Amino acid sequence: MFPKGTKRKFSDSREEPVAGGEDVNQSSLAAVRMLSSYSLQRQSLLDMSLIKLQLCHMLVEPNLCRSVLIANTVRQIQEEMTQDGTWQIMTQALSAANAAAQCSADRLVATEVLCRQTEAAQGEQVPKPFPVVGSEGCPAEEVLEEEEAAAAEVGMTMSTVSPQAPTSYLPGTFGMDPCWEEEETGEDDDDDEEEDSEECGSGSEGEERERDSLVEDTRTAEQVFGTFEIKNPAPSPDPALEELFSDVDASYYDLDTVLTGMQSVPKMGPYDLLESLSSHGPSPLSSSTSCRSDLNELDHIMEIIVGS
Amino acid sequence: MAGVGGGNDFQWCFSQVKGAIDEDVAEADIISTVEFNYSGELLATGDKGGRVVIFQREQESKNRPHSRGEYNVYSTFQSHEPEFDYLKSLEIEEKINKIRWLPQQNAAHSLLSTNDKTIKLWKISQRDKRAEGYNLKDEDGRLRDPFRITSLRVPVLLPMDRMVEASPRRIFANAHTYHINSISVNSDHETYLSADDLRVNLWHLEITDRSFNIVDIKPANMEELTEVITAAECHPHQCNVFVYSSSKGTIRLCDMRAAALCDRQSKFFEEPEDPSSRSFFSEIISSISDVKFSHSGRYMMTRDYLSVKVWDLNMENRPVETYQVHEYLRSKLCSLYENDCIFDKFECCWNGADSAIMTGSYNNFFRMFDRNTRRDITLEASRENSKPRAILKARKVSTGGKRKKDEISVDSLDFNKKILHTAWHPKENVIAVAATNNLYIFQDKIN
Repeated sequence: MFPKGTKRKFSDSREEPVAGGEDVNQSSLAAVRMLSSYSLQRQSLLDMSLIKLQLCHMLVEPNLCRSVLIANTVRQIQEEMTQDGTWQIMTQALSAANAAAQCSADRLVATEVLCRQTEAAQGEQVPKPFPVVGSEGCPAEEVLEEEEAAAAEVGMTMSTVSPQAPTSYLPGTFGMDPCWEEEETGEDDDDDEEEDSEECGSGSEGEERERDSLVEDTRTAEQVFGTFEIKNPAPSPDPALEELFSDVDASYYDLDTVLTGMQSVPKMGPYDLLESLSSHGPSPLSSSTSCRSDLNELDHIMEIIVGS
Repeated sequence: MAGVGGGNDFQWCFSQVKGAIDEDVAEADIISTVEFNYSGELLATGDKGGRVVIFQREQESKNRPHSRGEYNVYSTFQSHEPEFDYLKSLEIEEKINKIRWLPQQNAAHSLLSTNDKTIKLWKISQRDKRAEGYNLKDEDGRLRDPFRITSLRVPVLLPMDRMVEASPRRIFANAHTYHINSISVNSDHETYLSADDLRVNLWHLEITDRSFNIVDIKPANMEELTEVITAAECHPHQCNVFVYSSSKGTIRLCDMRAAALCDRQSKFFEEPEDPSSRSFFSEIISSISDVKFSHSGRYMMTRDYLSVKVWDLNMENRPVETYQVHEYLRSKLCSLYENDCIFDKFECCWNGADSAIMTGSYNNFFRMFDRNTRRDITLEASRENSKPRAILKARKVSTGGKRKKDEISVDSLDFNKKILHTAWHPKENVIAVAATNNLYIFQDKIN
């Protein structure tokens, strides 16, 4: 979700140079206005699509066809925006806005992403069109899909990150599934160890951040696609990975175990990672509480936008 | 008024409507599939609650020669129940996605019904006679003492109230990771195919523990997924040929004799895109929601969001006919994207002679196109026109500024009243139209 204020700023900043000029003739002014209106429409379409992708997670498996079509639309928009240069402008504007931001709901996404970035990713210059995330190094074998996405990120950042693949963690049920709140029990200690051992850069990561928010939102789609996958657990090359998921037992057949056990399985919900990734090191409990209320707010905002 | 389907004087009349009249529609009652059997004697519907209702046509009675046989409930049963996938913590809906009848081979009728994950073969049999006068057991079923039996008698058959029984004979499960969108019985009457978003499987009707994967478009890396399978159907006569359509508006025809895995198509049908009408929604509206072979097997029809196209199987580069269903929606695509209506999957069907095609739209409208005369008509399924044998009036949606009397403007259309499922009797001009929780049956006017 992108703050509307930023959007307006973006379009205003495009119009300013033209309106202020003295020697601008009417037709080019009109053309620019039309272009801005097109950009606005395109931006709102992009926002709408991303929200749709995020709201995919429900009790029932999301419709794969719909998810694929929406993701393709997002990709298309992003390609076009990259081609006409507006992508870079937008990411810069958003990073400027984010730099001054506190931990508010819609920045949480960027914060996590920020902490996930390594120095290698910072060297990126041109934001690539989708699909951005090169997942060649992604360990494909996990039992539960949310864990797979999380594991992929963990795996990639623990080992060397390929320079062309900015990794970004995607909180699978970020802001969309209220029932996660009640189900949240204490997170896995292993998570903390892993995440805290990383370098969490707190400075601005520049243009990476916005793109990565978007990338991660595409990752929502990819994760949604991947939700349908049940893969056989395979030996992971990463011992930390093993430790992280050591208590996940694929052979859940007992209903009670499943229903209760699932709640404590480290599905790497948004709260887990937020707590563990915080660079300031507040106690997990306090940061999760504040983030939780912000995410409530986000849910509420999203509902208004979607107009449900 | 000239109609479609049988000539210039042809007109459609209301025949019956099934279902509750309440404004409050229970989600479980929403009809999700409609299908006539091979003779047209039986009409099956499936709903979101996992139930199947079968209607049977009454014999035409001599008392009322002017009305064709009416369809009355023959059997109702719960085909699928909601399930829970423990590994993914997700529910599996019981909604019946498709019903396909099997050709009748004995007194019983059989059909395949499927939800997202499991296909079931149901046998529907009726009993209207019972035997009395057994030798070895009493009337109440207890075994008689053999020493007491002193004479033999032949049991007699006595009529009884008709009892229709549906029993699940086969359950084809655990073969689909993704949601099943199509099933299609092969012309050999021994095999059938089932398709989900990424794979097509071939089954033998007698074997439930094994199926052959014949198409797999799942990429090695799910992040590269950009296209899914949306529908599949077997050729009506050539048991080695089938087609499947995709979300990118393409259709692939495959020959199972060519290879075990039909990833490489024999024919690839795609219409080149019109660059002048390109928009961000172009791909979404090109996604094919249904594909149906003509009865002759020479043509196939595809439905995308705004149009129906008829393809000649011998020509891959463009359809031979294109019919606009509701072109007035093209300027509303953004709103339709916002409210998700753009993802609605409309079905389409041929009439028995392949001379007319029918498909649904919004506001409980449905459209029919006559391929010979090129006439088309828009009709409405509503309770207001539900007097017996009432002739259906043609409806029109006004697109321009001036709205004529009796026309309805695009902005007044009710997008919650969508007709996704329609069926045409295989031999006669009788159609079944599913409007949310109601099933309408229309037939041609008899003079």
